[in-house]
Amino acid sequence: MSTLLSFRDVWVEYGDRIIIEKLNLEIEEGSFVSVVGPSGAGKSSFLRLILGQEGPSQGTILMDGTPLKPECGPDRGVVFQRYSVFPHLTALRNTILGMECEKAPVFGRLFGSARRAAEEEAREMLTAVGLGHSLDLYPAQMSGGMQQRLAIAQALVKRPRILLLDEPFGALDPGIRADMHKLIRSLWRERALTIVMVTHDIREAFTLGTRVLALDKRRHDPHAPHRFGATVVYDLPMRERPEEESDESEIITIDVNSNN
Amino acid sequence: MRWVNRQVGRGGRVLLGAVPILLLLLIYIVMAANRHAMNPADKILPLPGAMAQSMSALLFVPDQLTGQLVFWADTLASLQRLGIGLGISTLMALTVGLALGALPPVRATFGPLVTGIAVIPPIALLPILFIALGLGETAKVALIVVGIAPVMIRDIAAHVGALPREQIIKALTLGANSWQVMIRVALPQAMPRLLHAIRLALGPAWVFLISAEAIASDVGLGYRIFLVRRYLSMDVILPYVAWIALLAILMDLALTFLSRRLFPWAHGESH
Repeated sequence: MSTLLSFRDVWVEYGDRIIIEKLNLEIEEGSFVSVVGPSGAGKSSFLRLILGQEGPSQGTILMDGTPLKPECGPDRGVVFQRYSVFPHLTALRNTILGMECEKAPVFGRLFGSARRAAEEEAREMLTAVGLGHSLDLYPAQMSGGMQQRLAIAQALVKRPRILLLDEPFGALDPGIRADMHKLIRSLWRERALTIVMVTHDIREAFTLGTRVLALDKRRHDPHAPHRFGATVVYDLPMRERPEEESDESEIITIDVNSNN
Repeated sequence: MRWVNRQVGRGGRVLLGAVPILLLLLIYIVMAANRHAMNPADKILPLPGAMAQSMSALLFVPDQLTGQLVFWADTLASLQRLGIGLGISTLMALTVGLALGALPPVRATFGPLVTGIAVIPPIALLPILFIALGLGETAKVALIVVGIAPVMIRDIAAHVGALPREQIIKALTLGANSWQVMIRVALPQAMPRLLHAIRLALGPAWVFLISAEAIASDVGLGYRIFLVRRYLSMDVILPYVAWIALLAILMDLALTFLSRRLFPWAHGESH
Protein backbone atom coordinates (compact mmCIF):
# COMPACT_ATOMS: atom_id res chain seq x y z
CA MET A 1 0.00 0.00 0.00
CA SER A 2 1.25 3.48 -0.84
CA THR A 3 1.53 6.31 1.58
CA LEU A 4 -1.35 8.77 1.41
CA LEU A 5 -0.55 11.18 4.20
CA SER A 6 2.75 11.85 5.86
CA PHE A 7 3.49 14.08 8.81
CA ARG A 8 7.08 15.38 8.95
CA ASP A 9 8.11 16.78 12.31
CA VAL A 10 4.77 18.54 12.84
CA TRP A 11 4.19 20.93 15.76
CA VAL A 12 1.00 22.74 16.70
CA GLU A 13 1.32 25.66 19.08
CA TYR A 14 -1.16 28.26 20.30
CA GLY A 15 0.89 31.07 21.78
CA ASP A 16 3.16 29.38 24.31
CA ARG A 17 0.87 26.37 24.60
CA ILE A 18 2.18 23.35 22.75
CA ILE A 19 -0.56 21.00 21.63
CA ILE A 20 1.24 18.59 19.33
CA GLU A 21 5.00 18.15 19.29
CA LYS A 22 7.31 16.41 16.90
CA LEU A 23 4.74 14.26 15.18
CA ASN A 24 6.13 11.93 12.54
CA LEU A 25 3.62 9.66 10.95
CA GLU A 26 2.70 7.94 7.73
CA ILE A 27 -0.84 6.90 6.87
CA GLU A 28 -1.23 4.32 4.13
CA GLU A 29 -3.90 4.39 1.51
CA GLY A 30 -6.76 2.08 2.36
CA SER A 31 -6.11 1.96 6.09
CA PHE A 32 -8.67 2.53 8.82
CA VAL A 33 -6.87 4.50 11.50
CA SER A 34 -8.45 4.96 14.91
CA VAL A 35 -7.12 7.78 17.05
CA VAL A 36 -7.59 7.60 20.81
CA GLY A 37 -6.21 9.55 23.72
CA PRO A 38 -7.26 11.48 26.81
CA SER A 39 -9.06 14.80 26.53
CA GLY A 40 -6.71 17.63 25.65
CA ALA A 41 -4.19 15.35 23.99
CA GLY A 42 -4.57 17.01 20.64
CA LYS A 43 -6.94 14.53 18.98
CA SER A 44 -9.10 17.31 17.61
CA SER A 45 -6.05 19.34 16.56
CA PHE A 46 -4.75 16.29 14.76
CA LEU A 47 -8.01 15.97 12.87
CA ARG A 48 -8.13 19.70 12.12
CA LEU A 49 -4.62 19.42 10.66
CA ILE A 50 -5.66 16.74 8.20
CA LEU A 51 -8.90 18.54 7.48
CA GLY A 52 -6.98 21.71 6.71
CA GLN A 53 -8.98 23.72 9.21
CA GLU A 54 -5.61 24.82 10.58
CA GLY A 55 -2.02 24.47 9.49
CA PRO A 56 0.95 23.20 11.50
CA SER A 57 3.11 25.76 13.34
CA GLN A 58 6.19 23.88 12.19
CA GLY A 59 6.79 20.95 9.90
CA THR A 60 4.93 19.78 6.85
CA ILE A 61 2.03 17.51 6.07
CA LEU A 62 2.17 15.85 2.68
CA MET A 63 -0.76 14.30 0.90
CA ASP A 64 0.22 12.20 -2.10
CA GLY A 65 3.63 13.83 -1.85
CA THR A 66 2.42 17.45 -2.10
CA PRO A 67 2.11 19.79 0.89
CA LEU A 68 -1.41 20.10 2.26
CA LYS A 69 -2.97 23.56 2.00
CA PRO A 70 -4.35 24.84 5.31
CA GLU A 71 -7.86 25.07 3.89
CA CYS A 72 -10.65 22.52 3.70
CA GLY A 73 -11.21 21.01 0.30
CA PRO A 74 -13.26 18.36 -1.47
CA ASP A 75 -10.44 15.78 -1.33
CA ARG A 76 -11.03 15.33 2.40
CA GLY A 77 -14.51 14.42 3.60
CA VAL A 78 -15.63 14.79 7.18
CA VAL A 79 -18.37 13.60 9.53
CA PHE A 80 -18.66 15.40 12.85
CA GLN A 81 -20.48 14.24 15.94
CA ARG A 82 -23.19 16.83 15.27
CA TYR A 83 -24.16 19.56 12.76
CA SER A 84 -22.80 17.59 9.82
CA VAL A 85 -25.95 17.89 7.73
CA PHE A 86 -27.82 20.95 6.56
CA PRO A 87 -31.16 21.33 8.35
CA HIS A 88 -32.81 23.23 5.49
CA LEU A 89 -32.30 20.49 2.88
CA THR A 90 -33.90 17.08 2.49
CA ALA A 91 -31.69 13.99 2.53
CA LEU A 92 -31.49 13.93 -1.25
CA ARG A 93 -30.74 17.64 -1.55
CA ASN A 94 -28.15 17.33 1.21
CA THR A 95 -26.42 14.63 -0.78
CA ILE A 96 -26.41 16.33 -4.17
CA LEU A 97 -25.07 19.57 -2.69
CA GLY A 98 -21.50 18.39 -3.14
CA MET A 99 -22.04 17.72 -6.83
CA GLU A 100 -23.90 20.98 -7.30
CA CYS A 101 -21.05 22.98 -5.79
CA GLU A 102 -18.59 21.39 -8.18
CA LYS A 103 -20.61 21.77 -11.36
CA ALA A 104 -22.54 25.00 -10.78
CA PRO A 105 -20.13 27.63 -9.50
CA VAL A 106 -22.50 30.58 -9.95
CA PHE A 107 -25.94 29.36 -8.94
CA GLY A 108 -24.86 26.45 -6.77
CA ARG A 109 -27.76 24.49 -8.25
CA LEU A 110 -28.15 22.01 -11.06
CA PHE A 111 -31.08 21.86 -13.45
CA GLY A 112 -32.44 19.45 -16.02
CA SER A 113 -30.51 16.36 -17.00
CA ALA A 114 -27.41 17.26 -14.99
CA ARG A 115 -29.60 17.41 -11.93
CA ARG A 116 -31.29 14.13 -12.68
CA ALA A 117 -27.90 12.49 -13.06
CA ALA A 118 -26.74 13.93 -9.75
CA GLU A 119 -29.94 12.80 -8.05
CA GLU A 120 -29.48 9.30 -9.44
CA GLU A 121 -25.98 9.11 -8.01
CA ALA A 122 -27.14 10.54 -4.69
CA ARG A 123 -29.99 8.05 -4.54
CA GLU A 124 -27.56 5.17 -5.01
CA MET A 125 -25.33 6.50 -2.26
CA LEU A 126 -28.25 7.00 0.12
CA THR A 127 -29.44 3.48 -0.59
CA ALA A 128 -25.94 2.21 0.17
CA VAL A 129 -26.04 3.79 3.63
CA GLY A 130 -29.59 2.56 4.25
CA LEU A 131 -31.53 5.76 3.64
CA GLY A 132 -33.13 4.65 0.37
CA HIS A 133 -36.60 5.21 1.79
CA SER A 134 -35.94 8.53 3.46
CA LEU A 135 -34.90 10.67 0.50
CA ASP A 136 -37.36 13.46 1.18
CA LEU A 137 -37.02 13.73 4.93
CA TYR A 138 -35.48 16.79 6.55
CA PRO A 139 -32.76 16.12 9.14
CA ALA A 140 -35.08 17.26 11.94
CA GLN A 141 -37.37 14.37 11.03
CA MET A 142 -34.54 11.84 11.30
CA SER A 143 -33.02 10.05 14.26
CA GLY A 144 -29.41 10.67 15.24
CA GLY A 145 -28.28 7.49 13.49
CA MET A 146 -30.04 8.42 10.27
CA GLN A 147 -28.46 11.87 10.35
CA GLN A 148 -25.00 10.32 10.66
CA ARG A 149 -25.78 7.95 7.79
CA LEU A 150 -26.77 10.97 5.75
CA ALA A 151 -23.57 12.79 6.71
CA ILE A 152 -21.53 9.79 5.56
CA ALA A 153 -23.40 9.58 2.25
CA GLN A 154 -22.98 13.33 1.76
CA ALA A 155 -19.22 13.03 2.24
CA LEU A 156 -18.77 9.88 0.14
CA VAL A 157 -20.52 11.31 -2.91
CA LYS A 158 -17.47 13.52 -3.36
CA ARG A 159 -15.22 10.43 -3.42
CA PRO A 160 -12.76 11.97 -0.98
CA ARG A 161 -9.19 10.68 -0.81
CA ILE A 162 -9.59 10.41 2.92
CA LEU A 163 -12.64 10.34 5.18
CA LEU A 164 -12.33 11.94 8.61
CA LEU A 165 -14.67 10.93 11.39
CA ASP A 166 -14.75 13.08 14.53
CA GLU A 167 -16.43 10.94 17.19
CA PRO A 168 -19.14 10.16 14.67
CA PHE A 169 -21.03 7.69 16.84
CA GLY A 170 -20.48 9.32 20.23
CA ALA A 171 -24.01 10.69 20.49
CA LEU A 172 -25.79 7.49 19.42
CA ASP A 173 -27.20 4.84 21.68
CA PRO A 174 -25.49 1.44 21.79
CA GLY A 175 -27.77 -0.53 19.46
CA ILE A 176 -27.60 2.04 16.71
CA ARG A 177 -23.88 2.44 17.29
CA ALA A 178 -23.38 -1.26 16.52
CA ASP A 179 -25.36 -0.87 13.27
CA MET A 180 -23.24 2.12 12.35
CA HIS A 181 -20.04 0.15 13.05
CA LYS A 182 -21.12 -2.49 10.57
CA LEU A 183 -22.07 0.16 8.04
CA ILE A 184 -18.80 2.06 8.20
CA ARG A 185 -16.77 -1.13 8.16
CA SER A 186 -18.52 -2.42 5.05
CA LEU A 187 -18.32 0.93 3.28
CA TRP A 188 -14.61 1.02 4.05
CA ARG A 189 -14.13 -2.46 2.64
CA GLU A 190 -16.30 -2.14 -0.45
CA ARG A 191 -15.22 1.31 -1.50
CA ALA A 192 -11.55 0.99 -0.53
CA LEU A 193 -11.73 4.11 1.63
CA THR A 194 -9.02 5.60 3.76
CA ILE A 195 -10.52 6.53 7.11
CA VAL A 196 -9.15 8.41 10.10
CA MET A 197 -11.50 8.21 13.06
CA VAL A 198 -11.10 10.07 16.33
CA THR A 199 -12.97 8.40 19.16
CA HIS A 200 -13.30 8.27 22.93
CA ASP A 201 -14.49 4.70 22.77
CA ILE A 202 -11.45 2.41 23.09
CA ARG A 203 -13.45 -0.67 22.14
CA GLU A 204 -14.72 1.02 19.01
CA ALA A 205 -11.18 2.07 18.13
CA PHE A 206 -9.87 -1.49 18.34
CA THR A 207 -12.79 -3.25 16.65
CA LEU A 208 -13.02 -0.92 13.68
CA GLY A 209 -9.47 0.18 12.99
CA THR A 210 -6.70 -1.58 11.13
CA ARG A 211 -4.35 0.59 13.12
CA VAL A 212 -4.80 2.34 16.43
CA LEU A 213 -2.90 5.52 17.29
CA ALA A 214 -2.81 6.70 20.89
CA LEU A 215 -2.01 10.38 21.29
CA ASP A 216 -0.65 11.58 24.63
CA LYS A 217 2.09 13.64 26.16
CA ARG A 218 5.39 11.82 26.46
CA ARG A 219 6.73 14.18 29.06
CA HIS A 220 4.96 16.10 31.75
CA ASP A 221 6.18 19.19 33.59
CA PRO A 222 3.97 19.69 36.66
CA HIS A 223 4.92 23.37 36.86
CA ALA A 224 4.19 24.13 33.22
CA PRO A 225 1.93 21.41 31.88
CA HIS A 226 1.21 23.39 28.72
CA ARG A 227 4.86 23.42 27.61
CA PHE A 228 4.85 19.81 26.42
CA GLY A 229 2.67 18.70 23.55
CA ALA A 230 1.20 15.36 22.66
CA THR A 231 2.47 12.95 20.08
CA VAL A 232 1.85 9.36 19.07
CA VAL A 233 2.76 7.22 22.08
CA TYR A 234 1.36 3.92 20.81
CA ASP A 235 1.02 2.90 17.20
CA LEU A 236 -0.63 -0.51 17.10
CA PRO A 237 -1.28 -2.38 13.89
CA MET A 238 -4.37 -4.56 14.20
CA ARG A 239 -4.37 -8.07 12.89
CA GLU A 240 -6.50 -8.42 9.79
CA ARG A 241 -9.73 -9.90 11.05
CA PRO A 242 -11.80 -12.28 8.97
CA GLU A 243 -14.66 -10.17 7.69
CA GLU A 244 -18.20 -11.11 8.58
CA GLU A 245 -20.28 -13.30 6.30
CA SER A 246 -21.27 -11.56 3.12
CA ASP A 247 -24.98 -11.87 3.85
CA GLU A 248 -24.34 -9.70 6.86
CA SER A 249 -23.64 -6.80 4.56
CA GLU A 250 -27.24 -6.97 3.41
CA ILE A 251 -28.41 -6.39 6.93
CA ILE A 252 -26.25 -3.33 7.20
CA THR A 253 -28.49 -1.32 4.97
CA ILE A 254 -31.68 -2.63 6.48
CA ASP A 255 -32.80 -1.57 9.88
CA VAL A 256 -33.20 -4.91 11.63
CA ASN A 257 -34.25 -3.55 14.96
CA SER A 258 -36.33 -0.84 13.30
CA ASN A 259 -34.98 1.53 15.90
CA ASN A 260 -33.19 3.75 13.48
CA MET B 1 -53.02 21.03 39.76
CA ARG B 2 -50.15 23.48 39.60
CA TRP B 3 -50.56 26.41 37.21
CA VAL B 4 -47.41 25.64 35.22
CA ASN B 5 -49.06 22.37 34.18
CA ARG B 6 -52.44 23.76 33.22
CA GLN B 7 -52.71 23.48 29.48
CA VAL B 8 -55.47 25.49 27.80
CA GLY B 9 -57.26 23.99 24.81
CA ARG B 10 -57.87 25.82 21.56
CA GLY B 11 -61.40 26.88 22.40
CA GLY B 12 -60.36 27.87 25.89
CA ARG B 13 -57.54 30.00 24.56
CA VAL B 14 -59.88 31.98 22.30
CA LEU B 15 -62.31 32.45 25.15
CA LEU B 16 -59.66 33.48 27.70
CA GLY B 17 -57.95 35.76 25.20
CA ALA B 18 -61.21 37.55 24.43
CA VAL B 19 -62.07 38.20 28.09
CA PRO B 20 -59.68 41.10 28.83
CA ILE B 21 -60.37 42.74 25.45
CA LEU B 22 -64.12 42.61 25.92
CA LEU B 23 -63.70 43.80 29.51
CA LEU B 24 -61.73 46.84 28.34
CA LEU B 25 -64.39 47.63 25.71
CA LEU B 26 -67.09 47.33 28.33
CA ILE B 27 -65.25 49.64 30.73
CA TYR B 28 -64.80 52.16 27.94
CA ILE B 29 -68.47 52.13 26.99
CA VAL B 30 -69.58 52.48 30.60
CA MET B 31 -67.23 55.43 31.14
CA ALA B 32 -68.26 57.05 27.84
CA ALA B 33 -71.94 56.65 28.69
CA ASN B 34 -71.27 58.19 32.11
CA ARG B 35 -69.57 61.22 30.63
CA HIS B 36 -72.31 61.65 28.05
CA ALA B 37 -75.00 61.47 30.75
CA MET B 38 -73.32 64.47 32.38
CA ASN B 39 -72.42 66.32 29.17
CA PRO B 40 -74.07 65.18 25.91
CA ALA B 41 -71.49 67.15 23.89
CA ASP B 42 -68.47 65.34 25.42
CA LYS B 43 -65.64 64.83 22.91
CA ILE B 44 -63.07 62.98 25.01
CA LEU B 45 -64.77 59.57 25.16
CA PRO B 46 -67.04 59.36 22.10
CA LEU B 47 -69.74 56.70 21.95
CA PRO B 48 -69.52 54.02 19.21
CA GLY B 49 -72.38 55.69 17.33
CA ALA B 50 -70.46 58.96 17.03
CA MET B 51 -67.34 57.09 15.90
CA ALA B 52 -69.30 55.22 13.22
CA GLN B 53 -70.83 58.45 12.02
CA SER B 54 -67.59 60.39 11.62
CA MET B 55 -65.77 57.38 10.22
CA SER B 56 -68.44 56.75 7.58
CA ALA B 57 -67.85 60.28 6.34
CA LEU B 58 -64.15 59.53 5.96
CA LEU B 59 -64.81 56.07 4.51
CA PHE B 60 -67.51 56.75 1.95
CA VAL B 61 -67.77 60.51 1.26
CA PRO B 62 -65.16 61.98 -1.10
CA ASP B 63 -63.21 64.89 0.32
CA GLN B 64 -64.45 68.20 -1.09
CA LEU B 65 -60.94 69.49 -1.74
CA THR B 66 -59.17 66.44 -3.21
CA GLY B 67 -62.09 64.27 -4.26
CA GLN B 68 -60.51 61.27 -2.52
CA LEU B 69 -61.99 58.95 0.06
CA VAL B 70 -59.89 60.21 2.96
CA PHE B 71 -59.62 57.02 5.00
CA TRP B 72 -58.54 54.88 2.06
CA ALA B 73 -56.16 57.49 0.71
CA ASP B 74 -54.54 57.67 4.18
CA THR B 75 -54.28 53.90 4.42
CA LEU B 76 -52.82 53.56 0.95
CA ALA B 77 -50.25 56.31 1.47
CA SER B 78 -49.12 54.89 4.83
CA LEU B 79 -48.95 51.30 3.65
CA GLN B 80 -46.99 52.36 0.60
CA ARG B 81 -44.40 54.18 2.73
CA LEU B 82 -44.25 51.30 5.18
CA GLY B 83 -43.99 48.73 2.39
CA ILE B 84 -41.19 50.51 0.55
CA GLY B 85 -39.33 51.13 3.81
CA LEU B 86 -39.68 47.53 4.93
CA GLY B 87 -38.76 46.25 1.48
CA ILE B 88 -35.56 48.25 1.27
CA SER B 89 -34.63 47.33 4.82
CA THR B 90 -35.27 43.65 4.18
CA LEU B 91 -33.13 43.68 1.08
CA MET B 92 -30.35 45.46 2.94
CA ALA B 93 -30.59 43.08 5.87
CA LEU B 94 -30.33 40.13 3.54
CA THR B 95 -27.38 41.30 1.47
CA VAL B 96 -25.39 43.25 4.04
CA GLY B 97 -26.29 40.94 6.92
CA LEU B 98 -25.30 37.87 4.93
CA ALA B 99 -21.97 39.36 3.88
CA LEU B 100 -21.24 40.60 7.41
CA GLY B 101 -22.12 37.28 8.97
CA ALA B 102 -20.41 34.98 6.51
CA LEU B 103 -17.25 36.86 5.52
CA PRO B 104 -14.90 37.82 8.38
CA PRO B 105 -13.05 40.54 6.40
CA VAL B 106 -16.35 42.24 5.55
CA ARG B 107 -17.40 41.98 9.18
CA ALA B 108 -14.12 43.53 10.31
CA THR B 109 -14.51 46.40 7.84
CA PHE B 110 -18.18 47.31 8.15
CA GLY B 111 -19.23 45.81 11.48
CA PRO B 112 -18.28 48.87 13.57
CA LEU B 113 -19.98 51.20 11.08
CA VAL B 114 -23.26 49.27 11.19
CA THR B 115 -23.09 49.14 14.98
CA GLY B 116 -22.43 52.89 15.06
CA ILE B 117 -25.43 53.66 12.87
CA ALA B 118 -27.61 51.26 14.83
CA VAL B 119 -27.09 53.06 18.13
CA ILE B 120 -28.09 56.52 16.80
CA PRO B 121 -31.71 57.29 17.70
CA PRO B 122 -33.33 57.50 14.24
CA ILE B 123 -35.63 60.35 15.20
CA ALA B 124 -32.53 62.45 15.87
CA LEU B 125 -31.66 61.97 12.20
CA LEU B 126 -35.10 63.10 11.02
CA PRO B 127 -34.11 66.79 10.66
CA ILE B 128 -31.07 65.74 8.63
CA LEU B 129 -33.27 63.62 6.41
CA PHE B 130 -35.79 66.42 5.91
CA ILE B 131 -32.99 68.88 5.11
CA ALA B 132 -31.16 66.53 2.78
CA LEU B 133 -34.10 64.81 1.09
CA GLY B 134 -36.84 67.40 1.33
CA LEU B 135 -40.25 66.93 2.93
CA GLY B 136 -41.54 64.42 0.36
CA GLU B 137 -41.93 60.68 0.39
CA THR B 138 -38.19 59.96 0.26
CA ALA B 139 -37.48 61.38 3.69
CA LYS B 140 -40.28 59.36 5.30
CA VAL B 141 -39.17 56.11 3.70
CA ALA B 142 -35.57 56.94 4.57
CA LEU B 143 -36.51 57.39 8.24
CA ILE B 144 -38.06 53.93 8.32
CA VAL B 145 -35.00 52.44 6.63
CA VAL B 146 -32.54 54.24 8.91
CA GLY B 147 -34.63 53.19 11.88
CA ILE B 148 -35.01 49.48 11.26
CA ALA B 149 -32.37 48.37 8.72
CA PRO B 150 -29.34 48.46 11.06
CA VAL B 151 -31.09 46.36 13.68
CA MET B 152 -32.23 43.86 11.06
CA ILE B 153 -28.75 43.73 9.51
CA ARG B 154 -27.17 43.04 12.89
CA ASP B 155 -29.75 40.37 13.64
CA ILE B 156 -29.15 38.54 10.36
CA ALA B 157 -25.37 38.93 10.64
CA ALA B 158 -25.43 37.52 14.17
CA HIS B 159 -27.62 34.62 13.08
CA VAL B 160 -25.39 33.75 10.13
CA GLY B 161 -22.29 34.16 12.29
CA ALA B 162 -23.75 31.74 14.81
CA LEU B 163 -24.26 28.93 12.31
CA PRO B 164 -22.31 25.92 13.60
CA ARG B 165 -18.72 26.01 12.38
CA GLU B 166 -19.11 22.34 11.48
CA GLN B 167 -21.67 23.22 8.80
CA ILE B 168 -19.34 25.67 7.10
CA ILE B 169 -16.45 23.18 7.26
CA LYS B 170 -18.71 20.49 5.87
CA ALA B 171 -19.73 22.70 2.97
CA LEU B 172 -16.09 23.46 2.23
CA THR B 173 -15.24 19.76 2.19
CA LEU B 174 -18.08 19.33 -0.30
CA GLY B 175 -16.20 21.68 -2.59
CA ALA B 176 -18.13 24.90 -1.91
CA ASN B 177 -16.45 28.26 -2.37
CA SER B 178 -17.31 31.36 -0.30
CA TRP B 179 -20.12 32.38 -2.63
CA GLN B 180 -21.67 28.91 -2.57
CA VAL B 181 -21.43 28.76 1.22
CA MET B 182 -23.30 32.06 1.30
CA ILE B 183 -26.10 31.19 -1.11
CA ARG B 184 -26.52 27.49 -0.36
CA VAL B 185 -25.80 27.28 3.38
CA ALA B 186 -26.12 30.72 4.98
CA LEU B 187 -28.86 32.34 2.89
CA PRO B 188 -31.54 29.63 3.19
CA GLN B 189 -30.95 29.34 6.91
CA ALA B 190 -31.13 33.13 7.29
CA MET B 191 -34.52 33.34 5.55
CA PRO B 192 -36.76 32.24 8.44
CA ARG B 193 -34.78 34.53 10.70
CA LEU B 194 -35.30 37.34 8.20
CA LEU B 195 -39.07 36.95 8.34
CA HIS B 196 -38.80 36.94 12.12
CA ALA B 197 -36.69 40.11 11.98
CA ILE B 198 -39.33 41.78 9.80
CA ARG B 199 -41.98 40.88 12.36
CA LEU B 200 -39.94 42.42 15.14
CA ALA B 201 -39.15 45.49 13.00
CA LEU B 202 -42.83 46.13 12.20
CA GLY B 203 -43.41 47.87 15.55
CA PRO B 204 -40.54 50.37 15.21
CA ALA B 205 -41.37 50.83 11.51
CA TRP B 206 -44.87 52.01 12.44
CA VAL B 207 -43.43 54.35 15.06
CA PHE B 208 -41.12 55.98 12.53
CA LEU B 209 -43.86 56.16 9.91
CA ILE B 210 -46.31 57.89 12.24
CA SER B 211 -43.58 60.26 13.46
CA ALA B 212 -42.58 61.27 9.96
CA GLU B 213 -46.20 61.72 8.92
CA ALA B 214 -47.01 63.73 12.03
CA ILE B 215 -44.23 66.21 11.32
CA ALA B 216 -44.53 66.80 7.60
CA SER B 217 -47.16 65.24 5.36
CA ASP B 218 -50.48 65.89 3.68
CA VAL B 219 -51.90 62.40 3.67
CA GLY B 220 -51.42 59.27 5.79
CA LEU B 221 -52.80 57.59 8.89
CA GLY B 222 -50.35 59.37 11.21
CA TYR B 223 -50.99 62.71 9.51
CA ARG B 224 -54.75 62.35 9.97
CA ILE B 225 -54.45 61.47 13.67
CA PHE B 226 -52.26 64.47 14.37
CA LEU B 227 -54.45 66.73 12.21
CA VAL B 228 -57.74 65.97 13.92
CA ARG B 229 -56.06 66.15 17.34
CA ARG B 230 -56.47 69.92 17.00
CA TYR B 231 -60.25 69.49 17.16
CA LEU B 232 -60.13 66.89 19.95
CA SER B 233 -61.70 64.46 17.45
CA MET B 234 -61.36 61.33 19.50
CA ASP B 235 -64.14 59.85 17.34
CA VAL B 236 -61.63 59.73 14.46
CA ILE B 237 -58.42 59.11 16.40
CA LEU B 238 -59.66 55.98 18.19
CA PRO B 239 -60.90 54.16 15.05
CA TYR B 240 -57.69 55.12 13.26
CA VAL B 241 -55.57 53.69 16.08
CA ALA B 242 -57.67 50.52 16.06
CA TRP B 243 -57.21 50.29 12.28
CA ILE B 244 -53.43 50.64 12.63
CA ALA B 245 -53.45 47.91 15.26
CA LEU B 246 -55.49 45.66 12.99
CA LEU B 247 -53.14 46.24 10.05
CA ALA B 248 -50.12 45.46 12.24
CA ILE B 249 -51.71 42.25 13.52
CA LEU B 250 -52.59 41.13 9.99
CA MET B 251 -49.02 41.73 8.79
CA ASP B 252 -47.65 39.82 11.74
CA LEU B 253 -49.97 36.87 11.09
CA ALA B 254 -49.16 36.90 7.39
CA LEU B 255 -45.42 36.77 8.11
CA THR B 256 -45.83 33.92 10.58
CA PHE B 257 -47.95 32.01 8.10
CA LEU B 258 -45.45 32.66 5.32
CA SER B 259 -42.55 31.45 7.42
CA ARG B 260 -44.31 28.21 8.35
CA ARG B 261 -45.37 27.66 4.79
CA LEU B 262 -42.05 28.41 3.10
CA PHE B 263 -39.63 27.07 5.69
CA PRO B 264 -41.24 24.07 7.36
CA TRP B 265 -37.82 22.71 8.35
CA ALA B 266 -37.29 25.71 10.62
CA HIS B 267 -40.43 25.06 12.65
CA GLY B 268 -39.81 21.92 14.62
CA GLU B 269 -40.33 18.35 13.58
CA SER B 270 -44.00 18.50 12.77
CA HIS B 271 -44.08 19.43 9.17
